[in-house]
Order: sequence, then structure tokens, then C-alpha cells
Amino acid sequence: MPDLESRPASPNPRRAWPALLGITLIVAAAALAFAWVAGWLTPSRLTPQRFTNAIETSNGHIYRGFRRAHAKGVCVAGYFEGNGQGVTLSSARIFAPVRTPFVGRLSVGGGSPYGLDSKARVRSMALELNSDDGQQWRMAMNSFPFFGVASVQAFYEQTVANTPDPATGQPDPVKQAAFAKAHPEFARFAAWAKSAPWPTSWANTTYNGVNTFRFINRAGEQHDVRWSMQPQTAFAAMSSEQREAADGNFLSEDLDVRLAQGPMRWDMVVTVAKPGDPIVDPSQSWPEDRRHVIVGTVVIESTTPQTTGACRDINYDPLVLPTGVEGSGDPVLAARSAVYSVSFNRREHDIASGKAASATGPAAPQGAKP
Amino acid sequence: MSSATHFNLTARVLHWSMAALIVTMLFVGIGMVASMSWRPSLVSLHRPLGIAILLLAIVRLLNRLRHRPPPLPADLPAVQMLAAKASHWVLYALMFAMPLVGWSMLSAGGYPVTMFKGFMLPPIMPHNATSYALLRSAHTRLALLLFATVLMHLAAALFHAWVRRDGVFASMARGEPPPVDATLAPAVDADEARSGDADETAALAQVNGDER
Repeated sequence: MPDLESRPASPNPRRAWPALLGITLIVAAAALAFAWVAGWLTPSRLTPQRFTNAIETSNGHIYRGFRRAHAKGVCVAGYFEGNGQGVTLSSARIFAPVRTPFVGRLSVGGGSPYGLDSKARVRSMALELNSDDGQQWRMAMNSFPFFGVASVQAFYEQTVANTPDPATGQPDPVKQAAFAKAHPEFARFAAWAKSAPWPTSWANTTYNGVNTFRFINRAGEQHDVRWSMQPQTAFAAMSSEQREAADGNFLSEDLDVRLAQGPMRWDMVVTVAKPGDPIVDPSQSWPEDRRHVIVGTVVIESTTPQTTGACRDINYDPLVLPTGVEGSGDPVLAARSAVYSVSFNRREHDIASGKAASATGPAAPQGAKP
Repeated sequence: MSSATHFNLTARVLHWSMAALIVTMLFVGIGMVASMSWRPSLVSLHRPLGIAILLLAIVRLLNRLRHRPPPLPADLPAVQMLAAKASHWVLYALMFAMPLVGWSMLSAGGYPVTMFKGFMLPPIMPHNATSYALLRSAHTRLALLLFATVLMHLAAALFHAWVRRDGVFASMARGEPPPVDATLAPAVDADEARSGDADETAALAQVNGDER
């Protein structure tokens, strides 16, 4: 049988060049498509890497081995105890009347791990809950009641506007004013930052999820929700004189004192949206009269320094979610997930490459200036 | 069939389906780390797709070990022969390495290895910053190596199909041809085709026979 298939054929140069051109074009097109998807051809496109670069620039210094945002904090451990009320909203295991252990972190806003607690307007609580069905829920909540801006681009512009001018070491007020003018929703956040009382402790601070999530119960019913951790510890505000006088690390010192007396507790309060409430805009609060459901209690029992604690190597990505909880279409939520991942990768690379002695050792300075 | 001229059906189905999956994975992977908005949905696609490729790679390796691939043309220059062998080794190695490095990396990073909501694979590495960082870098570098090798493989396949026209492309593109009935055979005389180096008719017949 004549075997045309395996017949050796020598290339015919006269006929080969269009084929070679075609092959080159096909391979080049594939490579260009890849480069475009990777963002290599569009230096002005906002990527998580470029956003993280902007945060590092805004911090004025790269603190190796630390989180690029909310760099200062402590690890905490404890459990969440569901009260059963959340089961009607979500099939997540933590809402059953069981105890779910967590590794968490309490922190303050800002890019420096040596910043002064008394200057940090924003405080935050992050939790990694490991439920007994093998699933995990990571939360990252903040003390502000709503997000400062409505979009990812605005979030980026805010970071750039707050970058210190190398000449003065301070952000340029002209750029900050231009940012505020371009994003009118920021005025409400600025008003909050100016007028809201400063709680005296991490323990009596409320932490808000801010972004919208979707809860799905066993019957498959869906609800758009936001949640808050509301302290059972009595609220007390600091005067500006008290803040002036406070130690740079007063929050962790206060935490140590309180935990020596016993655990600290927060109610997890879920707010259920009504049709028409803003879902994808975290800068818009929902009306006060929305249904609130207390679904359980966050109990913090112990704390360890972040340089040696279990929270150091956890990325509190708010989109690591169990069955019964999904992210919403809020673009800021997806952006947080993306940027946290880059921040985590850089931090872990710092640690692996031995550049992060001050972020990893037990002797690491806790609050001293670098 | 020991002297097969074509890959068997299993090999061909695996080759083309995995080609689609791997190219998809490379674009999903590079896209998800560069996107401010698509990351959540792309990551949840990337993980199960990676494990699917790992499972298919196991089947493919077993099939490859049981069925020898058709030999490369005897007149293929030694350099091209070597490049073909080496690139296939690299492709096989990366089909296994990419998902395993990805799985290890998520384990070392302390992430749940979620296949779909409520179903997770167990960690295969302890949670550790140093191993996470090394694996995370390796995953990216190996992905770039895989993409480069896929492009070379594509270029070589098209070179075989359009320039050399030696049946190598056809050996993966379709099955063994049915036995040729002499009375219905197309009017191409194999001997004549062999004799005419620059014979346009034979070359065309070759294209028609091989690449359709």
C-alpha cells in the first residue's frame, strides 16, 4: 500500500515562505494576546500589582515582611458561637449553635508597622473561621461604617492623592482637594473621620463588613446582606487630649490587660437588604430600619504578636467563603481580593528571602520607630 | 499495531481536549493575577480546571506508555528530532508539575484548595511562608515556560503540516486512513509522487491527503 503519510518530503523554498509567514503570524498573535491579557502592553491599566505599588509608594517605605496596608496589628485567637438565628439566612455551618475556632487579627490602618495607635483613624478585625465541616470563612472588617469611595478607580486615586510629597513628607493638599472634588461621595467619609468618636480600645470598637455579600439558605433562598461585629464591651470615647497622651501602642497594651481578665465579645449583626438598596456601592449605607439579625458571638480569648503569631501568614481575603455565602457584584470586594493577594505574595517573598527579620522574629520591635 | 502511523484515538482525544484546556488555563492564570475585577471568578475556574488537567495527564501518560507514538520521519534533521523529543518531555513534565505546584502552593499559603463550593482537596504541604513563596514563584515561571513551549509546539506542528508536509501533523489530527481500494484510488501514483521533487500535483495531493 503506498504510504503517502510517512513519505519524506523536503521543503520547497518557493512554496514555503507564505506558510512560514503564516506560522509566524499565528504564533505572534498568540503571544501578543497573552501579553495583553497579562497587562504587559497596557502600562496604564490598573492591575493589582500597580495598585499595590501605589500603596507602597504612599507608605513612603517598603516594610519588608509586613502587610502593605494595615501593617500594624496583633494576632488573636478565639471562637465564633452561632446562636442558630443565622440558619434562616445562610447554610454556612458557623451559624449553627456550635463553636467555630478562628485565627484572627486586630489592626490599625496605615502602611507602617510602627505607626502610632493614637493617629490611626481606622481599626480593623480579620477572622479566619475554620468550621467543623472542613470549610473556611475569611472576613476583613473595618471601623468605618461605609467605604470612602464608590469605585476601584477612585480607591486607587485616593491612594495616589494621599501619597506624601517627597519635598514635604506630607500629602499634597491640592491633590487631596482635587480627589475630594472628583469623588463627592468621599465627603461623607471625611465627615465620619472628623466627627466620629474614637473608641478607647479595640474591644469597644465596632467592625463593619462594609461590602455586600449574598447569603443562601438551605432552601436556596438568597438575601443580600452586610454585617457588623458590635462590641459587648461598653463604649467609651477618647478625647483628643487622651489621644495625645496615649502610648503609641496603647491598643495592644489595653488588649493584653483586658484579656488577662477574660475574653472579649462582639455580636455578629447581619443586616438584610431590601430591594433597591445599593449592592455594588460600598460607599452607600443602607437605611437604619433594615432587618437586623444577631447570629452569634465573636469571642477573642488570646493574643500573640503578629511577628510570631499564626495570623502573619494568612491572607484575610474576604472572598474565601463557605457554602451559603457568596460575594456580591461589588467591584471593591473583587479589588480587595486581588490586592490582598499581591500584598500577601510580596510579604511571603520578603520572609522567604530573609529580608524580613524585623517582621518575623520574637525580638522584633513592637512599636519603636524603625 | 506496533508500527502505527497515527496516534490512537485516546491519544488524539486527550491531546486536543488537553490542548484546549491548557491554553485556556494559561490565559485564565495570567488574566486572573492581572485583573482587578475578574480574579474571583477566574480563580474559582482555575483550581478545578488544573486538577482536571492533572487527572487527564495521568490517563494520557498511561496511554502513552502502552501505545508507542508513530515514529518521526526518518529524514527529520537531528536538531529538529532532538527539539521534538525534548519539547515533548517538557510538555509532559509541566502537565504534571503545574497542577501539583499549584496545589502545593495553595497548601503552603494556607488557602483552602476549593474545587467547587463545599468540596475541598486536602493540603499536600504544611502552611509555611518560605515554601509558599518558592512555590508561588515557581508556578509563574513554569507557566511562562509552558506557554513558550506550547508556542514552539504549535509552530513546529504547523511547520510539519504546511512546510514539510510529512504527515506528522496528520498523525495527531486524524486516525489511520482506511485501506485504499485500488480501483477507487485517486489518480496519484505514489511512485511518481516520490520521483518528482518539485511536482506541484504531488505536493497538492499530499496536502489534500494529509491535512484535510
